[in-house]
Amino acid sequence: MELKDKLLSSYVAFENRVEINSDVHEIRSKALQSFEKLGFPTKKLEAWKYTSLNSVLKQDYSLFPNKEVAVELADVRKYFIHDIDTYKIIFIDGKYSSFLSETTHDKIDVCLMSHALTRPKYKAVIDNYFNKIAKQDNLTSLNTAFASEGAYIHIPRNTEVQKPIQIINFTTGSEAATLLQPRNLVVVEENSQVQIIEKHQSLTGNAVLTNAVTEIFADKRAFVDYYKIQNDDTNASLIDNTYAEQKSNSVVSVHTFSFGGNITRNNLNFYQRGEHIDSILKGITIIEGKQHVDHHTLVHHIEPNCESHQDYKGIYDDRSTGVFNGKVVVEKEAQKTNAYQKNNNVLLSNKATINAKPQLEIFADDVKCSHGCTIGQLDDEALFYMQQRGIPKKEGRALLMFAFANTVLESVKIPEVKQRISKLIAKKLNVDIGFNL
Amino acid sequence: MSLLGFRKLKNLNNIFSMLKIENLHASIDDKSILKGLNLEVKAGEVHAIMGPNGAGKSTLANIIAGKEDYDVTAGNIELNGEDINELAPEERAHNGVFLSFQYPVEIPGVSVTNFIKTAINETRKAKGLDDMPAKDMLKMIREKSELLEIDRKFLSRSLNEGFSGGEKKRNEIFQMAMLEPKLAILDETDSGLDIDALRIVANGVNKLKSKDNAVIVITHYQRLLDYIVPDFVHVLHDGKIVKSGDASLALELEAKGYDWIKQELV
Repeated sequence: MELKDKLLSSYVAFENRVEINSDVHEIRSKALQSFEKLGFPTKKLEAWKYTSLNSVLKQDYSLFPNKEVAVELADVRKYFIHDIDTYKIIFIDGKYSSFLSETTHDKIDVCLMSHALTRPKYKAVIDNYFNKIAKQDNLTSLNTAFASEGAYIHIPRNTEVQKPIQIINFTTGSEAATLLQPRNLVVVEENSQVQIIEKHQSLTGNAVLTNAVTEIFADKRAFVDYYKIQNDDTNASLIDNTYAEQKSNSVVSVHTFSFGGNITRNNLNFYQRGEHIDSILKGITIIEGKQHVDHHTLVHHIEPNCESHQDYKGIYDDRSTGVFNGKVVVEKEAQKTNAYQKNNNVLLSNKATINAKPQLEIFADDVKCSHGCTIGQLDDEALFYMQQRGIPKKEGRALLMFAFANTVLESVKIPEVKQRISKLIAKKLNVDIGFNL
Repeated sequence: MSLLGFRKLKNLNNIFSMLKIENLHASIDDKSILKGLNLEVKAGEVHAIMGPNGAGKSTLANIIAGKEDYDVTAGNIELNGEDINELAPEERAHNGVFLSFQYPVEIPGVSVTNFIKTAINETRKAKGLDDMPAKDMLKMIREKSELLEIDRKFLSRSLNEGFSGGEKKRNEIFQMAMLEPKLAILDETDSGLDIDALRIVANGVNKLKSKDNAVIVITHYQRLLDYIVPDFVHVLHDGKIVKSGDASLALELEAKGYDWIKQELV
């Protein structure tokens, strides 16, 4: 059976597990209809021209994995940022692990979507924010239709959350192939600040497809600093749909580090609803083999005097392929917009490919918008120079690549995350040098 | 045992020869550039290689440093009695070869300090040594940057990025001072330098000179040789050394140009 049919026919089973007499379920049912109509995206759609899901959709996924698999902390500790104190919302095969998690209801809510969707105390927030900015497109609709679990983060006004929040989705490989659809909601009220680190990690080589949706709401003067660490097993594919809505004077920053996985698609959408907003979208992609990473970004400048900064660096080896599609829309009312977009790529092999497509739609006449896109190779002259000074070729290449990616790393605000990423880059480049640039 | 003995003997034969180039032929993209070049440099010596544009001066420097773009079609290069033809550029560097580039490469995102730290520690790693302790490294950086009159702020800038011609060359000699090579090749280090920078650079080179190391100065003009006085001057023309002499040969070339040498050859 095709995956689409399998999903549709399993909906009755899903409905047996959730509260169906609710507003939320009405939203879910509508989303299911929308998915039924749209189906999975194909390469015929402009937005999916360079990314084919065919190979990952062929797997016979277990939709609701329910084998209890014990995961020892010692086995997964290395996937945590463990050298700092953090809140943790941890899922194993889509199910909440209270053992590995550290949630809170002390002034802030750092807890589970399943609670938020069903308990009266959260109803007001859910009514106001759940599925309010998520697009009604194919994959987001699919996620919404089955939305039941994920991270729920609500920070009331005037609160600076003292430690970062880690959201980790582990898959154990208890099934030959697992489909996960986490649904996260992050609501940050006026004058509040939060930092979030998110990771998807498969613990075996079994196939995984994750179709995640995260909605982020940043109210006036809110500050949201979000890190996505994508370094999964090569049989794990990820479709990440992240939506952020910002009010005046807020800053939302999303850093995406894509080093692993099979097919990774990041749909990152920002909507600016207020003035003096800053939206920051940055990423480093380093892949090899047949890996594929696709960054689709949208920044929608709706009101005047706002900024957006995009900086994506990509390093592609072997037969790996990359896509960068960066769309910036500046509405007629959005005068004095400053929108910057940079996408620089290095191809290390003749067989590696990058498809870069900046898209600027500007309807205002007093704006500063810039975009720069480069595709190049490593500079042989620079390599020889480094070798001449005693730095072997491999280390020299790594140093050049690290320096290339460093503009993105520089803006990481959690030192332990920065250090972890540096180590991942060194490991990825197969060198043992500290990059203290 | 016998192998070791043989090697020792070979080293003994060349005990005074740091660099020995015999009958070197080299080409790039099938274009022949060096056509039977011979050169011998002993520890403690300063050699100047002069010659008109296109004679093959920079090619010679790059080939000694091991640049892979060139094909060595005949002849060989020995460093301290060892054939280095098959060695990678970094291995030659680890064996004490330093090339001050005519056009130092800009490396955005890597600071001068961290570049030189990496270079020193990779060289130490190749020799089986641990990283240089940070305290010693800082002390050495301070000493050598003072020698080259380099501002501390300069050291945290990206390597060569946006440096003036003079800053680039001074930075090359600073790296040379840090790496303490046995054989330093200065490729047109004087080009792009004003007279003050020239004096600082030359002073730096002179202070680093000892009986245990050697310097090859490649230059178009006599100017630098007023400050770094060579023991030998060689004229490179059409891929070969066609004339050798002492420091006075450089003055003669300055006065008369290169044409008389070309005519002598006819």
